[in-house]
Amino acid sequence: MAYLLLRHRDIPGLENIEIYKQNGGFRALEKAVTTLQPKQVVEEVKASGLRGRGGAGFPTGVKWSFLPDTIWPHYVVCNADESEPGTFKDREIMEGNPYQFLEGVALACYAVGAAEGYIYIRGEYYPIAKQIEACIAEMEKQGYLGDSLFGTQTSIRLKVHLGAGAYICGEETALLESLEGKRGQPRLRPPFPAVVGLYGKPTVINNVETLTNLPFIVEHGAAAFREFGTEKSPGVKIFSLSGNVERPGNYELPLGTPFRELIFTHGGGIPNGRKLRAIMPAGASSSIIRVDDSNFDRVMDTPMDYESVPSLGSMLGSASVIVIDDAHPIDWVIKKTIDFFQHESCGKCTPCRDGNYWMKHLTTRIHAGKAIAADVKLLDNVAAQVYGKCLCALGDFSTMAVRSAIERFPEDFEKVTGNS
Amino acid sequence: MLTEKYPSEIQAIFAKYPVKRSAVMPLLYLAQREEGYITKENMQEIANLLDLDVTEVAGIVGFYTMFHDEKAGKYRMQVCTDLPCALRGADAFLEALCDNLGIRVGETTPDGLITLEEVKCLGGCHRAPLFQIQEGDMVAFHENMTVEKTMELVEALRKSVNSSPRAATA
Repeated sequence: MAYLLLRHRDIPGLENIEIYKQNGGFRALEKAVTTLQPKQVVEEVKASGLRGRGGAGFPTGVKWSFLPDTIWPHYVVCNADESEPGTFKDREIMEGNPYQFLEGVALACYAVGAAEGYIYIRGEYYPIAKQIEACIAEMEKQGYLGDSLFGTQTSIRLKVHLGAGAYICGEETALLESLEGKRGQPRLRPPFPAVVGLYGKPTVINNVETLTNLPFIVEHGAAAFREFGTEKSPGVKIFSLSGNVERPGNYELPLGTPFRELIFTHGGGIPNGRKLRAIMPAGASSSIIRVDDSNFDRVMDTPMDYESVPSLGSMLGSASVIVIDDAHPIDWVIKKTIDFFQHESCGKCTPCRDGNYWMKHLTTRIHAGKAIAADVKLLDNVAAQVYGKCLCALGDFSTMAVRSAIERFPEDFEKVTGNS
Repeated sequence: MLTEKYPSEIQAIFAKYPVKRSAVMPLLYLAQREEGYITKENMQEIANLLDLDVTEVAGIVGFYTMFHDEKAGKYRMQVCTDLPCALRGADAFLEALCDNLGIRVGETTPDGLITLEEVKCLGGCHRAPLFQIQEGDMVAFHENMTVEKTMELVEALRKSVNSSPRAATA
């Protein structure tokens, strides 16, 4: 099957604008701007069933339709702050297929009537941000961005904003705060960004991968898009595969592809003769799926889509599949995830800020073999008190691995508490 | 003064946003370009440019891990040890780097060349072990690394610093 998002793997040099044009580039943008009303673009994207690829899986066209027609200007903000441990897909899109991505951003701007779009790229991707800025300049030079697009009155300008190392800025309201020149701390909702967003104006915030789907949908139509994936999760998805696999990397596959195909067929299985013990399908924010002889086939045959992964007590999220073999104790795994969340908690909500501080102490002590059984209960209790009590999802995410680990891998916690 | 050193760049930054406060992060990167950290004087100047209190600017510097308010080595070598990298040996890699460089995490080599830091996910989990090198306002990734390759890189950096006219400041 030809690639839809990672097309640079089929077409060498696609990061060059001339090669992109020779391969159908900007046809969708021209079609939209010259022949479709913005509302028709919104309807087509709604009909496609495209769901946000940043993690939440919210229907993109529906999100766009929340913008009020009575308040202007509208803004489009692209979330290129990819920072979830285990996620490295947006980076490959921007490096290899930047013009398809930028055409997608421009299409989103046209659909919601935004003359300005901002692309918020994480600071660590500095060279990519420079590359994207150069691509924008090239598009302006050739009339694919700027004023009077394709001889119409449509104007679209895109600008890059560089982050500076904060996972929380991937949370959409924190991202807006950061773009406005403040500390990246989430806002209280409602009001939602669709009504009160960037500079207090209606704003659409979409992930890089989501936007990169748009040229295909606009050019070929919703029905063609729906030929891939499942009914409720249409399209393809880039799965970032990492951890204990032979061939880690990005794999573009239809939504609904089973775990077995990703981990064993594409990923080459588990190295060093080890056994698969656990999977985190949504990066560090996942509940941990336990894999053992009793459920191996059931897990392996589960389709990776937004509806099916919850049947294993986890989530698809951004599809950052971290594979863990039987050489790594699970109490160490959650120590690692808590180290991350404790560092990245923005400090605004007390349960997340203090809860993660205590969870860090507890997971460190448990992993060091210095804990007593009551510490494991206390850890579970602290996690329970963080969950559902914060302004944004970071607090909840920090508890996922912890609580699922204690519940599903009790032997790893008996072992470390047995010594005390 | 940043306004004297980078007048056209500052103008271009302000032109990007309808609200000038949005310029704070790009201005901080500019302030970090030469010395690798942001001085109190630069924070005050940025605060004046944006009609902010200097405390607010300092609060932003403190919030984001890629802004620094203290001098370090010329190159900040930032190794990711998050879960996906750690599953592929990043912790052992970092430890071996410490041994080879003769410093601990957070310390700087005696010649002021390298400050070794441990950071959170860089988005290169499939190419672990990896680190980024932060130099001024720039970043470069070094992926699929070994200790040998890293020490060769350090030597190359050392040579390039010693042969450049700005070496005296390093």
